[in-house]
Amino acid sequence: MNTNQEKLTKAIARERKHIKNKSRNLLFTSIISIVVLLALWELSVQLGWITTRFFCAPSEVLNALIEKLTNRAPDGATLPVHILSSMKISMIGFLMAVLIGTPLGLLMGWYKPVDKFIRPAFNLIRPIPAVGWIPLMIVLLGIGLAPKVFIVFLSAFVAVVLNSYAGIKLTNRAMINVSKTCGASNFTIFRRVGIPSAMPMVFTGWKVGLGLSWSTLVAAEMLASNDGLGYMILAGRQFMRVNLIMVGMLTIGVIGLILFALLNWLEK
Amino acid sequence: MAENNEYKVEVRHLYKNFGSLEVLKDCNFNVKRGEFICVVGPTGCGKTTFLNLLTCLLEPTSGEILIDGKPANPKKHNLAFVFQEPTAYPWLTVRKNLGYCLSLKHLPKQEIAARVENIARLMGLSADLDRYPSELSTSTEQKVVIGRAFAMNPDLLLMDEPYGQMDIKTRFYLEDEVVRIWKELHSTVLFITHNIEEAVYLADRILILSQKPASVKEDVVVDLPRPRDINSPEFVRLRSYVTDQIKWW
Repeated sequence: MNTNQEKLTKAIARERKHIKNKSRNLLFTSIISIVVLLALWELSVQLGWITTRFFCAPSEVLNALIEKLTNRAPDGATLPVHILSSMKISMIGFLMAVLIGTPLGLLMGWYKPVDKFIRPAFNLIRPIPAVGWIPLMIVLLGIGLAPKVFIVFLSAFVAVVLNSYAGIKLTNRAMINVSKTCGASNFTIFRRVGIPSAMPMVFTGWKVGLGLSWSTLVAAEMLASNDGLGYMILAGRQFMRVNLIMVGMLTIGVIGLILFALLNWLEK
Repeated sequence: MAENNEYKVEVRHLYKNFGSLEVLKDCNFNVKRGEFICVVGPTGCGKTTFLNLLTCLLEPTSGEILIDGKPANPKKHNLAFVFQEPTAYPWLTVRKNLGYCLSLKHLPKQEIAARVENIARLMGLSADLDRYPSELSTSTEQKVVIGRAFAMNPDLLLMDEPYGQMDIKTRFYLEDEVVRIWKELHSTVLFITHNIEEAVYLADRILILSQKPASVKEDVVVDLPRPRDINSPEFVRLRSYVTDQIKWW
C-alpha cells in the first residue's frame, strides 16, 4: 500500500467515526425530548398546575400500571388479559386485510377488467370510515369477536389495497418488455416482474395498515366490547379512575411503537 | 415466398401507422446470419417503433417480418432486447438476472447454470454473480443486461441505443465487449444508435433510415478490418458520408 492509499484509508476511517458520533448525538437529542416531556408532565402535577382529580403524574401512571398487571379491579380483567384480547383482534383483522387486500390490489393494478369490476364498489366503500361501520356491525354480529375483527380488517384493507395497486402500476415498462420479448405470457410477467417490483410499496401498505388496524381497534372496543384496552379506558372513565385511562393510552402507544419497529425490522 | 437460408431476418414492405400518422413506410431489408447491423437515422424518425415491431411489441399495419423464413414470434424465436434504460431486475442477483430469460424459456436447470457460468466468464462478471444490481456500477449493470441477452443465444439480438447514456470511456469499452462476444457466439445483432461513429465502428452494414415516414434510405456496407481505428482515413470518410446522408434528406 502506498502512502496515498494509506492517507485515504485514514481519512475514510476518520469520516466514519465522525458520522457515528453525529448519529450518537442525534440519538441523545431524541432521548432528551422524551425526558423533557416526562419532566414537564410530572412537574405540572406536582406543582398543582393541573388538578389531580382529572389528571395524574407519570409516576402515578407507572404505579397504576404495575398494580394493573395483577389486579382485576375495577373492570374485571388484568392488563395482560386486555392486551392479549386487543392483540388477537387486531392481528386477525390485519392478517385478513393483508391476505385478501394484497392480491386484490395487485390484480387490480395489473388486469384492467378486474380493476373496472372492483373499483366502483371499492370507491364507494372507501370514504366510509371504518368506525362508521360499528353500529351496523353491532346490530348484525353482536359484540363478540366478529364485528371488531371486521372493522379492523376494513381499516387496514383500504390502505393495503391502495398501496399494492399503486406499487404494481409503477412497474417499469422496459422491464416488462424484456420479459415480453422473451415470449413470456402476461401472467408470467405479472408473477415474475410485476409482483417483485411492487413489493416495496406493498410493504408500505402493510405498515400503514398495521398502524390503522391498531388505532381503529381501540375505537371499536370502546363501543362494543367487554374486554380489551379500549374497553379498559372506557371503564376507567366510568369509575373515575384517571390513572387507568392513562395506563390504557400509554400501553396502546407503546405497543403501536413496538409493532411498527417490528415491521420495519422485518422489511430489512 | 422463396425460402432463402442465407437470410436470418427478412423484412418486407413494412408499414406502421399510428392513426393518421405514418411512422414507417415500405421498409425492406434483409439481415444475414451472423451479421452486425447498425440502424441510424434522424432523431424522431421512428427507430424505436421500428424495433418494437421487430420484437412484436407492436403489430405492423401491414407487411411482414420473417425470421428463418417464418413470421417473427417471441414465443417461438429467441429474440433478445437490450433497452436504452437499465433493465437488470433489482430484486434478482446477477446470476438470476443472467439466467432470467432462459428460465422463461423453461430450459433445464443445469443448462441454465452452465450457460450463465459461460456468459459470466465471457463478460468478466464471474466475481459478481451473487451480488445485486444496486451494488454494481452503471456500466457493469449494463454488462449484466447485455450478458442476459447474449445468454439466450438469440436468433436476433436487438439493441436500442444501449450506450446512449454512458460516458465515452465506458462506451468504448462496452462497444469492444459487444463485438468480442458477438464474434465468439456468432449472433445476429441489430443495433440502433444515433451515434454515427458508433455505427461505423461496430457495423458490418449500416441501414440509414429517412425522415418520417421512415423507410430504409440506404444500405452502407462497412468492410473495414476489425478492430477498427477511428482515426484512419477510411473510417473518417465513411463516417462523414453517413453523416451527410442523414443530414440532407
